[in-house]
Amino acid sequence: MQLIDRFLPHGTNFDFIRYRLIAFGITAVLILGSITVIVVKGFNFGIDFAGGILIEAQAVEGKADLHTMRTSLATLNLGEVSLQEFGTTGRDVMIRIQRQDGGEKAQMDALGKVKDSLGTGYTYRRVEIVGPKVGDELVRDGILAVVLSLAAIAVYVWFRFEWQFGVGALVSTFHDVITTFGLFALTGLEFNLTTVAAILTIAGYSVNDTVVEYDRVRENLRKYKTMPIYDLLNLSVNETLARTILTVTTVFVTVLALLFFGGEVLRGFAIAMLWGLIIGTYSSIYVAMPMLIYFNLRNGKDREKDADPTATQRP
Amino acid sequence: MSYFPKWKIVVVVLVGLLGFTFAAPNLLSREHADRLPSWLQPVSLGLDLQGGSYLLLEVDTGYVVREQISGLVESIRTTLRKEKIKYSDLGVRGDTVSVRILDVEDRERAGTLLRKIDISADLETKEDGLVQLRYSEQAIHKRKLSAVEQSLEIVRRRIDQLGTREPSIQRQGEDRIVVQLPGVKDPDHIKSLLGKTAKLTFHLLDDSVSAEEAARGRVPPGSMVLPGAEHDRGQPEQYVVRKRVEVGGDMLTDSSATYSEGRPVVSFRFNAAGAKKFGDATRDNAGHFLAIVLDEKVISAPRINEPILGGSGIISGSFTLQQVQDLSMLLRAGALPAPLQVLEERTVGPDLGADSIRAGAIACIIGLILVVITMLVVYGSLGMLADLAMVFNLVLLLAALSALGATLTLPGIAGVVLTMGMAVDANVLIYERMREEQRNGRTLMSALQAGYDRAFGTIFDAHVTTLVAAALLFQFGSGPVRGFAVTLSLGLLASLFTAVLVNRMLVVWWVRWRKMKTLPLA
Repeated sequence: MQLIDRFLPHGTNFDFIRYRLIAFGITAVLILGSITVIVVKGFNFGIDFAGGILIEAQAVEGKADLHTMRTSLATLNLGEVSLQEFGTTGRDVMIRIQRQDGGEKAQMDALGKVKDSLGTGYTYRRVEIVGPKVGDELVRDGILAVVLSLAAIAVYVWFRFEWQFGVGALVSTFHDVITTFGLFALTGLEFNLTTVAAILTIAGYSVNDTVVEYDRVRENLRKYKTMPIYDLLNLSVNETLARTILTVTTVFVTVLALLFFGGEVLRGFAIAMLWGLIIGTYSSIYVAMPMLIYFNLRNGKDREKDADPTATQRP
Repeated sequence: MSYFPKWKIVVVVLVGLLGFTFAAPNLLSREHADRLPSWLQPVSLGLDLQGGSYLLLEVDTGYVVREQISGLVESIRTTLRKEKIKYSDLGVRGDTVSVRILDVEDRERAGTLLRKIDISADLETKEDGLVQLRYSEQAIHKRKLSAVEQSLEIVRRRIDQLGTREPSIQRQGEDRIVVQLPGVKDPDHIKSLLGKTAKLTFHLLDDSVSAEEAARGRVPPGSMVLPGAEHDRGQPEQYVVRKRVEVGGDMLTDSSATYSEGRPVVSFRFNAAGAKKFGDATRDNAGHFLAIVLDEKVISAPRINEPILGGSGIISGSFTLQQVQDLSMLLRAGALPAPLQVLEERTVGPDLGADSIRAGAIACIIGLILVVITMLVVYGSLGMLADLAMVFNLVLLLAALSALGATLTLPGIAGVVLTMGMAVDANVLIYERMREEQRNGRTLMSALQAGYDRAFGTIFDAHVTTLVAAALLFQFGSGPVRGFAVTLSLGLLASLFTAVLVNRMLVVWWVRWRKMKTLPLA
């Protein structure tokens, strides 16, 4: 089996930890940059969070006439109205209308006006209306979900490992989440409920990656009692490298399938996942691992007792 | 060491059988599946996939409380008048009703009478004959709760009358109602019907003042000004109506759309108590006008020519046939205790749903093929076994979704695609571990054993952490996103099973069958 070795190297000896300061620099820039973009530019909130109306209209015959639609909708005084053609046939138009002042009923009235104005030349493939009340609640729930899952993941890792690992997992997962937020702010991709789902999945995936590597660190700590932490961390990353590459590849191809074939609704999700995959892999190796160097990992008294008797000292 | 416990084989075979059984209905067409028992059905599709309308309604519980308080005021007025007790300052401040009893000798009697009106209100006597009544938090909460329950029932009845296919009407949280209507393309009509409280009441007109005088603010106590429902079509703009309800729509037993003098009208019939009240009111007030009030608007106010004792009548106005049909339906289903507001609406047309299913299916199949190829290229025959385990995983996932009655949404399909990637990860962890153990000089079977045993902890932790995120997503997500959380969670559980048990069984058999001495993993 020559093939497999070409794909999946073993016994590599890359010195990942050496570049930790550069990595920390990059990480800091990514985090601060993300926060800056989020604060300065903000998000392009979809109607899930901002409230308002989203209509996917399809021309019954021929192409959609965006110009006429735009002028007739402009006379309705509904505030910001955006029209966007999508799909390949030229018949589909996405209409977004900002949240109307005046509570829940105003949104419903606005929809009626739009339908009257567009007339019978269009069918409505999708209509979504989110009133201000629900929008605010969805924002609150979204924030709660992200914060709580970060906390829960950290606590789980803390219980299963040691508190140092919990901190490492928390920081690296936080990094992934905040940079994904940053990506959405920077690109102006629509931020909606599916995005929150993507972010939580990224958090789950990234911590998955981190846990696999931490697991190896823990094992190696028992195996090689005298090895300097620096070498031990490097060894752990190298030992799990093959797995990291292969797993990233398989998840990557599935996400690519989603991106190219999953349709309009899942596109934002797929983009977020793709980014999360890259950033999550990076952060597991370059954030979660090198951080452990600064903690006194060999302090635990249970380490001696737990030693694996079958383990052999690595030459 | 090639031993694979019998009971584990039994478990795998049993789960496999169950999995294939529950997944099988998904291969059938809709008509065939309908003939299966209810516990053996294909996975139900979310509204975003099958098309339909989702409405989130909120019951205006504040209205119920306000209404209860103003009802209390009217009861106090009627009682004190009947007993000829002089009073002043009857009114509402915040949630407190207060009234001043003027004559000292009346005060004790008045206290007893007022207490009897509504025992759930707390009564407090202040100086100078001032009496205050207030509902306790508990009483208000109870009232709100029953209003929501009642609204749920009325909404259900109204939607049932419309005859939509498999509607789902559920309560959510404190005062919300979720209505899901599969196959409904345009919910506007349903929304407008749910938006009406359809509270029908009969009042006497107050002919002591003219509408003009009332408009100038001279409304006698115990009366109110209501707009005409059709004031743009020759009806008076406003009516002065006595607040006292002679008969209410809650006493109706039936209502239907019919024609009278060639025009569509709504006919109605009272129950025995209603018929008596209606008869009494029309007998005692012959020559006066009886206002028919629907949702605080006067539909019409005909003169009472003779007592109506049969307990039935018609409501006429300038109605279209559709309006008459809607109104009689609403009266049959009953009035909502409080207005409903639509907070959120999501409607997906059936063809978009079909497009989404197609796109999702293509993404799934292509994802599947890519993963299968990757594993085959990298691990050869063992990769094939991992692929088999993954397919098994997908079958189990589909079975679990079907058996639990979970809903598959478009983000849920994304969850399925992602599950494939994650499920393979478990096998990658195991195989990599085996490779390592073998390089460290272990024999085939011992490496195999160690691979599974040592990778298990890692796989377990990795799965649990993702499950934690999925669980929170379920808790805080809504609609389609929840569907994603469900598929992801079930997929993770299935992958824990297939990677650790199924794949292991397959590998042990494979190694024995091919009489291998070393793993084909480098």
